Amino acid sequence: MPNKTFFWFFLPTGLAMILFIGLPIISTGIQSFYAQHDQVVKEVKKCDPFGCTVSIVVDQEKTSKIREEKPLGKFNGFGTYVDRNHLAIEEIGNFWNETNSFGEFVDQVTNLPFYKALIFTLTYCLFVTPNVLLLGFIIALSLNAVTRRIRGPLIFGTILPMIVTPLVGSLVLFWMIDAEGIIGANLQMLMDDPYLSLKSSKTLTWITIIIYGIWHHSPFAFVVFYAALQTVPQEPVEAAIIDGASRWQRVRHIVLPHIYPVVTFVALISLMDNFRVFEPIIGFSAEGSAQSLSWLIYDNLVNEEVILFGSAAATSMMTIVGIAILLAPVLIRTWKEFRTAR
Amino acid sequence: MRKTNMKKILISLLFLLFGTSAYADCNIKSGSINILANDFPALRTFVETAKGCKGSADFKVTHSSEHNKIAVPALTANPSEFSARIAANSSIVPLMNQDLIRPLDDLVKKYGKGIQDSQLITIDGKIMAVAFMANTQHLYYREDVLKELGIAVPKTYEEVVAASEKIRASGKMQYPYAAAYKAGWNLAEEFVNMYIGHGGEFFKTGTAQPSINNAKGVATLNMLKKLAGLSNPDYLTHDSEAIKVEWESGNVALMTLWASRSGTLLDDDGDAKITAATKLTGPATVAGGNIPAATLWWDGFTLAKNRSDADAEATFRALAHAAANKKMVADAADQAVWLIEGFKPGPKSIGVIEAVKMKAKPYPMLPQMGLMHGALGSEIVEFLQGKETAEQALKDVEAAYMSKAKEQGFL
Repeated sequence: MPNKTFFWFFLPTGLAMILFIGLPIISTGIQSFYAQHDQVVKEVKKCDPFGCTVSIVVDQEKTSKIREEKPLGKFNGFGTYVDRNHLAIEEIGNFWNETNSFGEFVDQVTNLPFYKALIFTLTYCLFVTPNVLLLGFIIALSLNAVTRRIRGPLIFGTILPMIVTPLVGSLVLFWMIDAEGIIGANLQMLMDDPYLSLKSSKTLTWITIIIYGIWHHSPFAFVVFYAALQTVPQEPVEAAIIDGASRWQRVRHIVLPHIYPVVTFVALISLMDNFRVFEPIIGFSAEGSAQSLSWLIYDNLVNEEVILFGSAAATSMMTIVGIAILLAPVLIRTWKEFRTAR
Repeated sequence: MRKTNMKKILISLLFLLFGTSAYADCNIKSGSINILANDFPALRTFVETAKGCKGSADFKVTHSSEHNKIAVPALTANPSEFSARIAANSSIVPLMNQDLIRPLDDLVKKYGKGIQDSQLITIDGKIMAVAFMANTQHLYYREDVLKELGIAVPKTYEEVVAASEKIRASGKMQYPYAAAYKAGWNLAEEFVNMYIGHGGEFFKTGTAQPSINNAKGVATLNMLKKLAGLSNPDYLTHDSEAIKVEWESGNVALMTLWASRSGTLLDDDGDAKITAATKLTGPATVAGGNIPAATLWWDGFTLAKNRSDADAEATFRALAHAAANKKMVADAADQAVWLIEGFKPGPKSIGVIEAVKMKAKPYPMLPQMGLMHGALGSEIVEFLQGKETAEQALKDVEAAYMSKAKEQGFL
């Protein structure tokens, strides 16, 4: 396609993307550089059914004046980014000086909320993405091999995990792994340990969420791979069979190279999706043991009675940067291929 | 000063005052009413009663347990989505901080007939809310289990621990204790209760500087951990609803739970034997203190500032009708501890009345308390899981709070 045609073709989508994705990101970015104005408080008498006390409230007259002058708040630069609840530059410096061993230093750093969330998010990506690719590919290959008559119902059954709303899917599993649920109770019996609880142990919670993630995302990989498998030309496969190539050799040398671009695509989408892991944490009530970057944003926006826009915006921006870093190798490669192709 | 007020509440709680019957005037001709409220039976009754008085006004209500998340954004809009918000000691604070609710003095004067003075929440001399019920967390116990094992009804958390250990040792129950320890708001609330029971203060006097990293804080955490060890191992995922289910399945013999939940616990649903043996008592004290390890709460209504005066008037008249309604109080006597004139406390009100008698403190109504609550909810989890020391956990809470408070301009 000539570049000019492409431009006109892409224009409507591009405009919509700027309007609905670009501008909100810019607005979030601006917000992340601001903090609330200094609160002007005053001492007043408060009375409720349980008695009167002298205590403080926010002085609305003075505060509203400041707010009207500068509605965005106080300019904070990268203040929110480097504070203890985010990158914690100062704290990490202190830990480095105070701790005696490297292990202790790592312990201290991973105790900080942002790094705690980052580690879980990366672990989740690292385990879920390759397994999703592998499982999706295996299912696609096996389904491609079964007789056409039962293929339809089988495909439907396979994509069910993707159809089920993530929150509902995780809730179902949450109840099953309850100490009195079907999986939880049986595990207790199998292990002969009445105190075994999948929900109270951090490691087991992580494993549960990762398994859930693989279960939920595999159908997507499967659908795309299955579609790609339909385009594999039959001649080379038949030629390979005549040459005596085993099934594995055919997959390795003919099928995989053919669908390679699709694998890259699925890997990209999967990585992006997994980096934003959120629903299973809510569904499994796993906030205590597992926090992701998306969960931190949610926490800042709704879990407090005070909404922390600056914190949420800063974490959002860092999530975007994180995804960009993760995708960089693949994107660079695609760009190079594009250049050589031209 | 405090004492006389306490007496006043006690009197209004314990004795039926005969006044001239004074129902709010219900001849509402116009305006639109839209209420945001939490979701439990007493609030539903309250809002339904208000609806009975709507006249020709529009009437809408949203009952949601996610009310805290909706309130500030919805009331910030101009005109605001809701004309009224049913709030409590803690949830009125963000509304005050952002200047989202209006003073009610004029409306109370004009239409507030029958509302008692003790129901008025005044801040800096202005009426900001009208309270109608009181709430607290207190102990529930299984009479049959305690009797069988010869255990006296516990009055302190030390006794709760001893009793739970005895029940566990007897083999009757594996996890005899329950409380809402779900990481986040619930867990933080348990800390707040226990810390206040230890006589702790959350902030250095007169400032927003945190001061929980002290011996009382450590003792609080250790007590929470002891209790957690006697609870179902999934305790970090259990909210009030989950422990209610545990109780009704007969897995638990001692529990700390909201007074407002007693209604659903003692209704006809579930095992009749367990319901019959479920008894209520006051909140427990801790570490030899004499004030209970619990906080007092009120629920009341506030009116949105960003809404027309006509809507505010219509809304106030409907809600005031409910907030001074003797018939509602008599009909729904076992749903809540009503602060409304004419309330006769029944057996389900024991918890709150005991708490008031024991001089429990109200939940601190401070502008920065929400941030402290939030920091507690996530930072003490690792201590309970045995991954860090109490001192480290408290240090983390203070650090997390300070970053948030700086961003919000409190420090």
